[in-house]
Amino acid sequence: MIEQRAEERPATAPAGTIAGVVTIPQGQGDQIPARRGLRAPTFERVRPFLHNRKAVAGALMLLFFFAVAILAPVISPGDANDIVSRRHLAPSSEHWFGTTGAGQDVFDQTIWGARQTLGVGIMVGILTTMLSALIGMTAGYFGGKIDDLLSLITNVFLIIPALPLLVVLVGFLGSGGSWYFIAVLTVTSWAWGARVLRSQTLSLREKDFVSAAEVSGESTFRIIFVEIFPNMTSLAAANMFGTTIYAIGALSALQFLGLGNPSVISWGTNLYWAGNSGALLTGAWWTVIPSGLAIALVAFAFALINYAVDEVTNPRLRAQRLASDALRKSGRSLRKAGRATPVVRHAA
Amino acid sequence: MRFILRRLGFYLIAAWASLTLNFLLPRMMPGDPASVIFARAQGRMRPEAIEAMKQAYGLSDDPLPVQYWNYVKSVFSGNLGTSFVYFPAPVTDVIKTGLAWTLLLGLTAVILSFVIGCVLGIVGAWKRGGMVDSVLPPLLIFVGSFPYFWLAAVALFFLGFKWDVFPLRHAYAEGLSPAWDWEFIRSVGSHLILPAATIIVVSIGGWVLGMRNTMIGVLAEDYVTMAEAKGLSQRRVMFAYAARNALLPNITAFGMALGFVLSGALITEVVFSYPGLGYQLLNAVRGLDYPLMQGLFLMITLAVLTANFLVDILYVRMDPRVRSR
Repeated sequence: MIEQRAEERPATAPAGTIAGVVTIPQGQGDQIPARRGLRAPTFERVRPFLHNRKAVAGALMLLFFFAVAILAPVISPGDANDIVSRRHLAPSSEHWFGTTGAGQDVFDQTIWGARQTLGVGIMVGILTTMLSALIGMTAGYFGGKIDDLLSLITNVFLIIPALPLLVVLVGFLGSGGSWYFIAVLTVTSWAWGARVLRSQTLSLREKDFVSAAEVSGESTFRIIFVEIFPNMTSLAAANMFGTTIYAIGALSALQFLGLGNPSVISWGTNLYWAGNSGALLTGAWWTVIPSGLAIALVAFAFALINYAVDEVTNPRLRAQRLASDALRKSGRSLRKAGRATPVVRHAA
Repeated sequence: MRFILRRLGFYLIAAWASLTLNFLLPRMMPGDPASVIFARAQGRMRPEAIEAMKQAYGLSDDPLPVQYWNYVKSVFSGNLGTSFVYFPAPVTDVIKTGLAWTLLLGLTAVILSFVIGCVLGIVGAWKRGGMVDSVLPPLLIFVGSFPYFWLAAVALFFLGFKWDVFPLRHAYAEGLSPAWDWEFIRSVGSHLILPAATIIVVSIGGWVLGMRNTMIGVLAEDYVTMAEAKGLSQRRVMFAYAARNALLPNITAFGMALGFVLSGALITEVVFSYPGLGYQLLNAVRGLDYPLMQGLFLMITLAVLTANFLVDILYVRMDPRVRSR
């Protein structure tokens, strides 16, 4: 493995540092100490995120939902589809979220619904990112005709509108289980990530460490996935979170439209049944709010983490936040600070 | 000019790809399409409908390339088949009405969202640390995390049903016939507000954030400092120098957003029973109306491609650097 990589690459951002106008006092920063010749260990790479309030908030929310999904049998034992009481009862101490149009407990359904929604969302996120990385990096690395062909395919997939395609696919091929939806969602959403990863590969490809690896005879596979890819992990991670948000939203939308599998308990199908039983017209808001709010909170948590990844990896945004924090702490007004965006200069 | 021609070539290829996909879809169903469709319909279909369907697909024993060629020919001659659900109306007639409403809803929503979002982003980046910058983006991102349909349903419930501020469904009041008189236009407008507003509210966060981020990058450029040093007014520097350049990446995103809106509008149309392409598509799926589904998908795809192409032309006009490539 080529060791020059570490000093070649600044601590958190793949792009090079830019000479700054403002130097942020060292104690404030969440920078990784640069060590010559060694890649910073994993904990050091994670630490900037721990200092970032948004990342912590997002991660905590996600952890909460994961815990709920995993612990569903403990929190709500039994089958959530059981009819437990009369229809459309308002929330009470017995049924915390009330009952549905069929007399099922809304709280149980919301808890159990987390499983399929989160499961499908994350699987789609992972598979899509893998597919995007494969296609995007291959196109970016090889260039030439391979790049032209793969880019064309990527752009065509990108431009064909996803939700109508999903609706038409489900219309023709019928509905199916979780894996069917994972496959369909992956096929329609890999293109965006492929494009992003391709352009990043294109810029990284010109760097010296790649030429050095080629000259020293490393296999192409190793160059792409062992040398270049680790420099793009934050981008790939951001892409994965974004795709997961999209997958959860698209899955819920399909289920809400009635194209999902109505016998599976999921947040989207909960909303479908709520709509079908005329929840809004009878004023049974408690059947509609929990699942929708849950989807929004999970999406928001991922968005927060994405926002934080953006800030940590983009030197300008990070410097902007640090500058405003520093100025606010010292009591000075931000307006007087001037227009230019400060960029952090790494103390050697 | 070369840029435009290259983009046109790409859009033609994409159009061809969606046409081919349309052709393959009924043939991708397991088993022989005709018998599968017949079995699924379970006696709901009249014999004339079965004949029309066979004709619409060119489902004959001809080899696949011949069927494909017949299909392409019929599409180019404007014959998209006959609808089952609206039998015997041809698909093109059904689509025409839907297209107008979807364009109205989609274009209004995305243009307003883009304009308001970008202005907010510009102001937010300019007045760093102010309220617009620190409160608005996270708030809008949070609102944007809500699924379209959920927000639309809640808005419909409160504003339409409980408080009766806006109409409940459809594009214009029942009993009115489409005409270019003031009453009809007013009815269309009042029915448009709620669906468009839900789309705008959900999508505006993305524009604010994107514009703010590009503005922050642009504000560090030398020409902005130079403009300020020259003594130009703040407003002029903000809009004519900084925003004008920060806008360019967002124009590309605008093109993509057009595609998203046309598909996101699908859900909004369903919740509000707004008779656009998306609403018709869902009804077609529910009624197993395959020719209509194909025709609608083709129409939606072509609309997205055309919109993107127009945005590319706009981009060339706005960014002189592209013309020299």
